[in-house]
Amino acid sequence: MSEAPANLKYTKSHEWVEVQEDGTVKVGITDHAQELLGDMVYVEVPEVDAAVSAGEECAVVESVKAASDIYSPVTGEVVAVNEDLADTPDLVNNHPYGDGWIMQVRMTEEGELDEMMDADAYVESVTEEE
Amino acid sequence: MPFIPHTKQDEKEMFDAIGINSVEDLFDEIPAELRIEGLSSAVPAGLNEMQVGRLMRERGAGDATGMCFIGAGAYEHHIPQAVWDIATRGEFYTAYTPYQAEASQGTLQVLYEYQTMMASLNGLDVSNASLYDGASALAEAVLMAVRAHRKSKSKRVLMPATVHPAYRAVVANIVSNQGVTLEELPYCTEAGKIVVAELAKYEGEDITALVIPQPNFFGVLEDVDGLTNWAAANNAMSIAVVNPTTLALLAPPGEWGENGVDISCGEGQPLGIPLSSGGPYFGFMCCKQKHVRQLPGRIIGRTVDLDGNSGFTLTLQAREQHIRRSKATSNICTNQGLMVTASTIYMSLMGAAGLERVASQSHANTQALADKLCAIDGVERVFSGTSFHDIVLRLPAPVNKVLKALAEKGIYGGYTLGEQYPELQDCISVCATETKVNADLDAYASVLAEVLED
Repeated sequence: MSEAPANLKYTKSHEWVEVQEDGTVKVGITDHAQELLGDMVYVEVPEVDAAVSAGEECAVVESVKAASDIYSPVTGEVVAVNEDLADTPDLVNNHPYGDGWIMQVRMTEEGELDEMMDADAYVESVTEEE
Repeated sequence: MPFIPHTKQDEKEMFDAIGINSVEDLFDEIPAELRIEGLSSAVPAGLNEMQVGRLMRERGAGDATGMCFIGAGAYEHHIPQAVWDIATRGEFYTAYTPYQAEASQGTLQVLYEYQTMMASLNGLDVSNASLYDGASALAEAVLMAVRAHRKSKSKRVLMPATVHPAYRAVVANIVSNQGVTLEELPYCTEAGKIVVAELAKYEGEDITALVIPQPNFFGVLEDVDGLTNWAAANNAMSIAVVNPTTLALLAPPGEWGENGVDISCGEGQPLGIPLSSGGPYFGFMCCKQKHVRQLPGRIIGRTVDLDGNSGFTLTLQAREQHIRRSKATSNICTNQGLMVTASTIYMSLMGAAGLERVASQSHANTQALADKLCAIDGVERVFSGTSFHDIVLRLPAPVNKVLKALAEKGIYGGYTLGEQYPELQDCISVCATETKVNADLDAYASVLAEVLED
């Protein structure tokens, strides 16, 4: 089973959320997701200032196998995107929870965090899936 | 190689496997009221090879044998015999490109060379492996511009009335259901081209892209530098739609204005493809490197294998269905392989110098033809703008009657403009490529003089 750090929140669609000190959240895809997708060749990140809604498409990751939508786990405004992914999309493969983050969002619906899974629940759901 | 479809026995085994009795059963879900009765009997019974040969000979005898002076988007150029001799070799003779990334090295190499030539002709970084035709290439370019210009939310695209009317119709058909608004830019009826200053009314508005034809449908050269700069200054993408032959002489779209256009596309037929009643032709598309992820179709790249040997491979096909599934943003999923093979051979045989001579001679012949025709009473040039190898002329008699009378004497005299441009009711556009000699131009002039006298 792939890694899932305990300090993050997770969605069923394999995104993770990390709450920052300033209250914004960083979003990326899980180790499990990157393993399933394979070698990344391109990541289409959203525009800074774009509005995102929980459960709606916000980015596209393209691997040698397929292009897949990434769904925003939260509702709010994009305050930063990971510009490094343009030249090094494999950061998503190599550091899914670190340098491979996709976007940073200022949330408008705080309650959404409570609806997400913690690491244990996520690991369990992935294990069931397998 | 004969094409042998499945036998009755094969069909029966397949029917049994899925539990149906006939092919018809597969269409059961289509409501009866939507189905056309007797459709299958509307197709006549098959003919044998001898019968087909005879039918084709009879039909072929009806083909036009006169001299063609119609340009207007499809151009009769000399095609060296070697082009189709090579293109129809067994190794090349397929319209399909392989899906397997490294299969058919020869085909991939041809496409790679084609891309290199097209990118160089257009002065842009990358070319795809071709599209269906010029009109659908422009539609794809518009959709690409909308995707690539993420900061623009309006999806408003400025489309000059000087773009080929058929292209505009195809673009409208393909993009209008995708939320794209096409706004027609009127042309200056004196010069026959777009006036850059007229675009001032769009300044400060959210415009996604500006289409720039060169030469335009009237054969007139647009102020491409001014238009490209206008687009850049107003945060709009610029899309060139060009005739590839003319690029041998004119500035390539990648060098228009301060920074060149974002996307260039057009009809590839002038590069070694016969007129053949309108098709198959092929479309081409090139763009700046930064937009390559949004380029429809596919790109062939050159690489080395594990042993360091040079080879070719499908490198990028970012918008296609087998990569993006239901999220595919282009319905281009293959290319016009055979046409592209012919055009690559054509460009190789002509070389840059040869293509330049074709362009120069076509330009000179068309100008000479217009001069000769305008010497006839009542025939005059319509536009003051510089033209390349189409020229719009006004006739002193009903156009269709004149063209019909010319055709009866073996001269296909031009393209009727009145249908698409009501203000050009009595006008035709004419073209004389390098295939015409002075005597041909004189013949047209004398027959036209005769016809107009009648």
